[in-house]
Amino acid sequence: MTTSLPPLPEPVRKDPQKKTPSALIPPLARSRLGLRLSAEAARGRFRLPHCNACDKPIWPPREACPACLSALHWRDADAAGTLIAETTLETSPELYFRERTPWRVGTVDLAGGVPVMAHLHAQCRVGDTVTLRLFLDKADRAVFMAFSDLDSPDLREDIQLRELTNDPRHRRVLITDARTPAGVALARAMTKAGAKRIFAGIGDAWKRDAAIEALEGMETVSTVPLDLTDTRSVEELCGEIGGKVDILVHNAEQVRPGGVMAGRGIADAKQLHEKLVFGFMRLAESFGPVMRSRGADGVNAATAWVNLLSVYAHANWPAYGQHSAAHAATLSLAQCLRGEMQGSGVRVMNAFAGPLEQDWHDQVLPPKVTPDRLAREIVGALQGGQQDVYIGDVARDVAERFEDDAKLLEMELAGGGQ
Amino acid sequence: MSEDNAKDQPDAATLLAGLAAGLASAEIRIVDLTHRLDPDFPIIVLPPEFGQCAPFRMEEISRYDARGPAWHWHNISLGEHAGTHFDAPIHWISGRDLPNNTTDTLPVQKLVGQVCVIDCEAESDADDDYEMGVDKIAAFEVEHGEIPAQSWVLMRTGWSRRRGADYINLRADGAHSPGPDAAAVRFLVEQRDIIGFGTETVGTDTGQAVHADPPYPAHYILHGAGRYGLQCLANLDQLPPTGAVLVAAPLKIRQGTGSPLRVLALVP
Repeated sequence: MTTSLPPLPEPVRKDPQKKTPSALIPPLARSRLGLRLSAEAARGRFRLPHCNACDKPIWPPREACPACLSALHWRDADAAGTLIAETTLETSPELYFRERTPWRVGTVDLAGGVPVMAHLHAQCRVGDTVTLRLFLDKADRAVFMAFSDLDSPDLREDIQLRELTNDPRHRRVLITDARTPAGVALARAMTKAGAKRIFAGIGDAWKRDAAIEALEGMETVSTVPLDLTDTRSVEELCGEIGGKVDILVHNAEQVRPGGVMAGRGIADAKQLHEKLVFGFMRLAESFGPVMRSRGADGVNAATAWVNLLSVYAHANWPAYGQHSAAHAATLSLAQCLRGEMQGSGVRVMNAFAGPLEQDWHDQVLPPKVTPDRLAREIVGALQGGQQDVYIGDVARDVAERFEDDAKLLEMELAGGGQ
Repeated sequence: MSEDNAKDQPDAATLLAGLAAGLASAEIRIVDLTHRLDPDFPIIVLPPEFGQCAPFRMEEISRYDARGPAWHWHNISLGEHAGTHFDAPIHWISGRDLPNNTTDTLPVQKLVGQVCVIDCEAESDADDDYEMGVDKIAAFEVEHGEIPAQSWVLMRTGWSRRRGADYINLRADGAHSPGPDAAAVRFLVEQRDIIGFGTETVGTDTGQAVHADPPYPAHYILHGAGRYGLQCLANLDQLPPTGAVLVAAPLKIRQGTGSPLRVLALVP
């Protein structure tokens, strides 16, 4: 029987006479081997190095099995263990933790004999059977967290978990290009997840449509003028609400079929890049520095920047070749932004999907991702604190093939595959 | 004009000196018929599978900063047919084979000329889809005399005072805005030999002109006959029905099909 937790208090407005705290991050340094754990956590995976000969996980990671010197292999691990010890940090030489004490940590005996240091969910008690999860901390470095009941209705009422994740609850969200099916679905999903306020960016407000009416009908949503192709429009909106955006979702839909030779020409490609690639840059130039400065703004801090990307950002799909190229450029810039956001506590999350269930994919066979599923999984990934999330069967399949052999995937796509 | 009158006419130098004096004393007023080039200004809406005209955009090159310490300047980008703009004959398929049909080759003598303004505000107020017919032109001529050859003709609708969604006036079946009907355009070209035709709306045609016969009759007929179009004009209510002079010079774009421009009217 897990103890119930009181709800986390809704963030209060900050005292304008107080200095906004500087962003602090937990320790950053890892060996390349140690960083591998972060790369797994970034994708929401629970993978550990294993010795195949001994058939057990090895922790901390090493170059070879300490028992038999066999090579180690990273693979999905059994996440069940027992909490054998706990302590509460009351102070720390690390500035980040000094600001956050008291902080509970403990030792989990994983898989019978592998001790792992973990952050503890408030419901964990010594002796509990626990499940471990990997999360990225504010430095984007992996940490273990132990849970006694992942299905608990109070799961997210835990301050340590909230610190490791980007839960939209109580937060203010800006969705760009919101008059798209994905934009409307995201507004709904964010509302359902408890977002306090949603700014829905609308370009060409002089064109009315059903999406705008749907957005205007939602109590949490404020439609705001935002044209990603217009620098001044982005600057003006940032001037108005930049300091209130805790989660920014860069959604810029302009799907058009066509490649390089048999495409729709430069004019069309330019408009696509204006919106997607330069739109991203405009947001980064305006909102980026403001969010970066608010990464530790108390309980009302900026927490995440989300990019909706095509999985074909990883490898060009010639049927939608221009579209793939624009997403590849945006992915590259998102990686750059991640570097620039490093140390601010603001997570840059990339959500990759295959073809969506929408008009411009009407000639693509299913499976296609519905806007509702896209939105739901993005919210889930924010709640899980992920850096990369692959949504739908196509995206997951492409991601697996990309990870397995990028060249092979390129050849499959060039040969007419999807 | 009789030969006797022609002899009484002052020579060109005197005429020009008079014009300059009139401008200097502001007896001749200059009215700006141009909208501000603004990123928000609506662009014609075509089905999304067609290529789209790029709206006006502006990016800073430097602003007295590290990128240029003493100077401020911008790069701008826009479609030829964005904002208050000029349509050259090559814009339409009917005018594609005409000589001197592009903005860099068209005869500049035609870019300044007298202008007649037909007031259709009441009709356009009453009906978003108002089509100006030959009867309206006939009524104008009864009151103001025959439209002289080589004139510009502007259709005044009050549309330039509309903003945002009301300007393009989109509905599920497309845009709704006034314009001329095919017979009126044919009459102006064939019977009155106009230089060109201008409107306050986003095009020289009505919003629903794709359904006309021929489709987009103003574009088809005007440009097929080597005449010009002006659209997104403003301040037409400041012009007299006749007697003003229009200055409408597009940028000299190589093989240009149109151009944003500053349209001025010299008003007595």
